[in-house]
Amino acid sequence: MMTLKVNGHDHQIDADPDTPLLYVLRDDIKLNAAKFGCGLGQCGACTVIVDGKAVLSCVTPLLLLEGKQVTTLEGLGTIDAPAPIQRAFMEEQAAQCGYCIAGMMMRAQALLQKNPKPTDMQIRAELEPHLCRCGTHMRILRAVHRAARLMDTAELSSTTQGIVHGSAP
Amino acid sequence: MAKPRTTAGIIAALLVGGAVAVFAVVWRPAISPTEPPAPQSFDANLVKRGRDLAAIGNCNDCHTVRGGKAFAGGLPVPTPFGTIYSSNITPDPETGIGRWSEAAFLRAMRSGVDRAGQHLYPTFPYDHFINVSDEDDRALYAFLMTRPAVHAPAHANDLAFPLNQRFVVAGWKLLFLRHGTYQQDAAQGAEWNRGAYLVEGLAHCGACHTPRNALGAERTSASFSGGDVDNWHAYAINSLSPAPVPWDTEALFRYLRQGWHPDHGVARGPMAEVVSNLSSVPESDVHAIAAYMASVFGPPTQDHLRQASEVRAQIKSPPLELSPAHAAGASIYSAACAGCHETSRPLPYGGVNLGLSTALSAPDPRNAANIVLSGIRPVEGERSPIMPGFASSMTDQQVAALLGYLRSRFSNQPPWNGVEKAVQDARLTQTVFLQTSAGPQNAPADPMQRDKP
Repeated sequence: MMTLKVNGHDHQIDADPDTPLLYVLRDDIKLNAAKFGCGLGQCGACTVIVDGKAVLSCVTPLLLLEGKQVTTLEGLGTIDAPAPIQRAFMEEQAAQCGYCIAGMMMRAQALLQKNPKPTDMQIRAELEPHLCRCGTHMRILRAVHRAARLMDTAELSSTTQGIVHGSAP
Repeated sequence: MAKPRTTAGIIAALLVGGAVAVFAVVWRPAISPTEPPAPQSFDANLVKRGRDLAAIGNCNDCHTVRGGKAFAGGLPVPTPFGTIYSSNITPDPETGIGRWSEAAFLRAMRSGVDRAGQHLYPTFPYDHFINVSDEDDRALYAFLMTRPAVHAPAHANDLAFPLNQRFVVAGWKLLFLRHGTYQQDAAQGAEWNRGAYLVEGLAHCGACHTPRNALGAERTSASFSGGDVDNWHAYAINSLSPAPVPWDTEALFRYLRQGWHPDHGVARGPMAEVVSNLSSVPESDVHAIAAYMASVFGPPTQDHLRQASEVRAQIKSPPLELSPAHAAGASIYSAACAGCHETSRPLPYGGVNLGLSTALSAPDPRNAANIVLSGIRPVEGERSPIMPGFASSMTDQQVAALLGYLRSRFSNQPPWNGVEKAVQDARLTQTVFLQTSAGPQNAPADPMQRDKP
């Protein structure tokens, strides 16, 4: 039995310590935003945020997560109150099939927390580990820029919604 | 009265003589700029040969920065003296070598002086290129002058005084630049001699694999005993090799040609780009390099052979007992690493059994730390070995615990010192390396492309 902190809640997990985080999120906690793509840490669909960093949850065993904060897309916002990154992706219509998008959003979110005004090159370099077969790359780029602007505005109006802190929502 | 005048005269003569000597050592004339030669003026076969030679010389590796155009320079090269940025060697007339005559190019290769007469820093390995034949230099010139010109001004080097004064390099050359470091050996066959010519010259293997002295020159007395490059350790590739299984000509050939070998694993870090280039050159040249290097390694000792057979036996039946000191590292290994490194999936798409890993038997943990943190990036548009990096999912302590366990289980060497510090350093330097290195680019998928200059 181990305690896993996900989106600000403690979960008691009864799983082998070498179980990949992705399986625990999807099968035990029923958070399905993170997707299984390749299972080898090569496509990015399973990306979540752990202690502020984008992590490939399919190759991250549970035992590495003792005492760390996991954030999934569900932890950023809701359908009624989407986070800036989610709003931006919707407004730019950046998803086609959408399978890669949750992972893309998580890494973009981690990038924007570290670097609120990334350049085009920085976004491209950061999102390089993510594969998208539909080819909405240009929209994804625009969405990340838009999210940066939205977060900027959100900070000015002193709401920090959608910004992941140590013990968010 | 005559005496002081004589003394003054002698001093004056010495000063003048000294100044002349210094001038002679330091001053190099500019070679007048030429109109950039038309690409059509070069013989297509010469260009093709130059293309293969440039691949053997690994020129693109230093002269291309990630996201930049091929050969346009700008790669930051960390050295103990500061950061030196590679130059633009495309035929751009303003920022590249477009106005360099063939004579100017030959002089740069031979003696590290640019067209304008400025001394070049020896990060450009002219201490090896001095051994390249005129004929090969001409082919390289033809190849480079037919590349697309890229306007890319040089990035200023980050060197402290007095090293930022290029005349200092003249003194370095006086001390360390030697003609004839490579001689044909009549007692050896043609293949060995071809390999020696390539290794000691254009391929400049020693630039990374030979340790350097305090002034940054290769210690010729310790050739191939292991050196440093971009915060990686370049292993000893002589009798001091830490490889668990000894190298031989065929293993070297396969490794250099295809980038991996079942007994040694996959080339990664800066070596990934070397093997990527070697995959596209004439097979006979790679075999010659392998044959020569096998003689540098020398025949394996009885000890080394016994160790190799122990390693093979251990791979088949791994030990079950576990030291409690390494329990944390062992759990991480079995959860995060064994899934790929202990399966029956063969190389290069499966992970090498770590009993065969040279990194874990190496004198320091740098390479092992680098690879755990950053993994192996896929080659764009090619099937290639892969490994996810664990920089974001493991803390320094977790990586250190893992490395401590791997060292104790998979090598017969004593524990490393300062593993956690090495992991911290690797975290910093790998971030830079991955952002600047262009990464391996294998030959074009269409082999017909290779015939086009």
